Amino acid sequence: MNPFPRCFALMSVFAALFGGVGGYAQSAGDYAITHAKIFTLAGPPLEDGTVVIHGGKIAAVGAALEISAGVQVIDAKGLQVYPGLFDAVTQMGLREVGSVPATVDTTEVGSFNADLLAATAVLPSSAHLPVTRAAGITQVIAAPASGGLDSDGAGSQIAGQASALHMAGWTVDEMLLRRSAAMVVIWPSVETHSFDFSTFSVKEKPFTEAKKEYDKQVDQLAAYFEQARHYAQVLQAASGASFARDVKLDALAPVIRGELPLLVFADTAREIRDSAEFCEKQKVKMILAGGTEAWKMKDLLRSREIPVILRPTLGAPPEDDSPYDRMMTQPEELRAAGVKVVFASFDNSFSRRLGQQAANAVAHGLPHDEALKGVTLYPAQIFGLDAQLGTVETGKTANLIVTNGDPLDVTTEVRYLFIKGQLTSTDNKQKALYEKYLNRPKPAR
Amino acid sequence: MKLRILTLGAFLFLSFAATLAAREKTSPAAAVYAAPSVILIRNATILTASHGTIDKGDILIKDGKISAVGGTLKAPGDALVIDATGQFVTTGIIDCHSHIAVDGSVNEASVSVSSMVNIADVLNSDDISIYRDLAGGVTTANILHGSANSIGGQTVVIKLRWGQPAARLPFEGALPGIKFALGENPKRSNLRAISGSDRYPATRMGVEETIRSAFTEARDYKKAWDDFNKRAAAGEKNLLPPRRDLKLDPLVEVLEGKRLVHAHCYREDEILMLLRVAKEFGFHIQTLQHVLEGYKVADEIAAAGTGASTFSDWWAYKVEAYDAIPYNAALMTKRGVVVSINSDDAAEATHLNQEAAKSIAYGGLTRDEALKLVTLNPAIQLGIEKRVGSIDAGKDADLVIYNHDPLSAFAVVEKTLIDGLVYFDRAKDIAGRAALEKEKKELQEKAAKAREQEKEKEKKPQDKKEEKKAEEKKPEGKKPEEKPKPPQGDQLEGGAK
Repeated sequence: MNPFPRCFALMSVFAALFGGVGGYAQSAGDYAITHAKIFTLAGPPLEDGTVVIHGGKIAAVGAALEISAGVQVIDAKGLQVYPGLFDAVTQMGLREVGSVPATVDTTEVGSFNADLLAATAVLPSSAHLPVTRAAGITQVIAAPASGGLDSDGAGSQIAGQASALHMAGWTVDEMLLRRSAAMVVIWPSVETHSFDFSTFSVKEKPFTEAKKEYDKQVDQLAAYFEQARHYAQVLQAASGASFARDVKLDALAPVIRGELPLLVFADTAREIRDSAEFCEKQKVKMILAGGTEAWKMKDLLRSREIPVILRPTLGAPPEDDSPYDRMMTQPEELRAAGVKVVFASFDNSFSRRLGQQAANAVAHGLPHDEALKGVTLYPAQIFGLDAQLGTVETGKTANLIVTNGDPLDVTTEVRYLFIKGQLTSTDNKQKALYEKYLNRPKPAR
Repeated sequence: MKLRILTLGAFLFLSFAATLAAREKTSPAAAVYAAPSVILIRNATILTASHGTIDKGDILIKDGKISAVGGTLKAPGDALVIDATGQFVTTGIIDCHSHIAVDGSVNEASVSVSSMVNIADVLNSDDISIYRDLAGGVTTANILHGSANSIGGQTVVIKLRWGQPAARLPFEGALPGIKFALGENPKRSNLRAISGSDRYPATRMGVEETIRSAFTEARDYKKAWDDFNKRAAAGEKNLLPPRRDLKLDPLVEVLEGKRLVHAHCYREDEILMLLRVAKEFGFHIQTLQHVLEGYKVADEIAAAGTGASTFSDWWAYKVEAYDAIPYNAALMTKRGVVVSINSDDAAEATHLNQEAAKSIAYGGLTRDEALKLVTLNPAIQLGIEKRVGSIDAGKDADLVIYNHDPLSAFAVVEKTLIDGLVYFDRAKDIAGRAALEKEKKELQEKAAKAREQEKEKEKKPQDKKEEKKAEEKKPEGKKPEEKPKPPQGDQLEGGAK
């Protein structure tokens, strides 16, 4: 078997497209999207509105705007404009084929890896980017993770820095929205069950024993943060005292100074409570990722103003006796309690289900505009990127989508997509394969 | 959390997930709410799956069967009337690839031909996934063995009759099946390193050879029995019957068309390989499962009269899934293949209506064609289309009532009926939650009290010093969320992908 079937796959894409790399083709210039219904998310939708794009930014949004010469006009009559969707936790570009470790760069060895940076390993020509883009996703957070086939169950507690990325660019530098958007902490969990590959079975551990290990890991994390705090103090003091530089502790300094949020992966009520206490004590800004049992801690999350990036709503509930719709009713329960709710795929190949995840929360009570903001404005806000992104407003970066319907629904098509003000192709490997085989001649019998 | 991610990766490849599923069950009470012999569902938007959409129509159910469908129907005075004004009704969703309701592992992975084992022997009617899938509108599921073997175990079609004993689950009269598997899983590409298996085969060549060998044996075995039966029928005395072979019996049934083959496959080459081998031995491949590259050889699949049961938009979890396209279902449909969309996963099954709807955008299927992907088409693939799969007079009253258009991501199932009985009722589920919570709390308190009493008993013979020590050691009260929690099969995306 050919060890690199991916090459063939990519070649077929090259053949099918006209010079575009995996569907990546952008045209710079000035644009006016006219006669569209514009969901600005900064106010009520504009019927029959115009968006003018100039120099990569939204230059104007309004009802009857004058369009200067030389501007490419896109007549969007019957179509709708939205801010591009934002997937707040992915492994975009870090994992190509899940089962092939050679193509996976999500998980490093060692417990504390604060100096690792997701953007370093993002593959700009990954086939996942254009495929995901076709679903209207214009920016993502790519986060290092923990676990995986190669990690033998071990995983980092500090996994590294997540990067905010535009979903297009010839190089990672062109994709960068923010190189370091958050520090990823994988909160320990009480592991009463572990998987033993030698016997291919689940090993059970008494609760007290598992809890002891959990406490130890939490203590280690706290001790490491103390060390980082002292280190940061020495760094800032500039007293001339000599000390050994430590690249890992260096990387934690922005967290200690309160400049970089912690993106904490925690799911059970215990993990959420303990991690929130930890962040309070360490005086660091926390974003909760996962939140399977966030509803149990909603008061704490509200009072500490901790936003939640929820694991996919279409997943199974945590317990056999959980209500069957627990994951889908949770977003509205949290919102009603005053918690900011954001949706994410926690994946790359399922990133295109982002809108569907949010839609299912709407089906279970979440107001539609809250769901829409949960995949656009709110992720931008929690990562401090809302001055640039998240709404259709003058002055913001023009990451926009033009659709034939609700971007949360499963039957909607993205007709035009703009990233940094450039009309960006939604062609991709899958579309190319479709067109290729759609035109396959009937085989001779 | 860590374990979940770890196992998620590991279980992508073989359905060992279910080995994790053996755990304490806390099952909601049996959910058959009403059993009147006549039910009238009134004033609904009816998506028939066989003859389009009826905008405002009624469905009359008598003794578990649909007795009439149409505009305004009359029902006897004692009929239960369900007012479905503003609601949508479809026939029950049929999942052509499921691993729910199985007790323990779905893989007998130790041998390459495991046709002697049968999933029907290990049905577990207590699996909460049955109820959750019902809540997603699923009424019938094809319960398959895993994909660890070139020729896997025997399979069974069930109705999701939650609350009934296991013996009541199998779909009466549905032909039994058998699982085949091609490609990475049976050759064990992805887990060989960690599972340390040297089991044959390790290549796609070996997979073909395994199937060819098994059917060569089965053909000889069948001939021996046919000869014996013929001679016995002719009145010959003192005949010695051939030795029974439990591995070959099901393969003979395949050769005789009495058992349907459901073959897990991915790549175009292995799809054609299987169709060739089947043709050579004179048996039929009923469905190709997953079949993510089916779009590349759709004409050949159509010519073989073989069905294709695929995913909506899964891809890139392994190399053989790297050329997967979400247009697969639509393209194969256009080329004349009977196509279904399946779940392979308990959680995925709860929104198959949404997964089917994606083919409207990916490949331009009509609404009717999209709905058929999870109703009439899987019924045809399982040979049960005379009983289920569409809303037509005479068919089983397996129906789903939604509050919104089911071909969208915004619909919630209000009621699911099987054989005219309401097995899922959302309003009743919600109304019953407080009582369940209360019962759970009482049980937990009772358990905590019992633990305390146990401790008291242990303390009694000891002196006061010991008592003090024991008090210090007293662990904190165990809260519900601290219950030991094994990873759930259905969270692992772990089916037999």
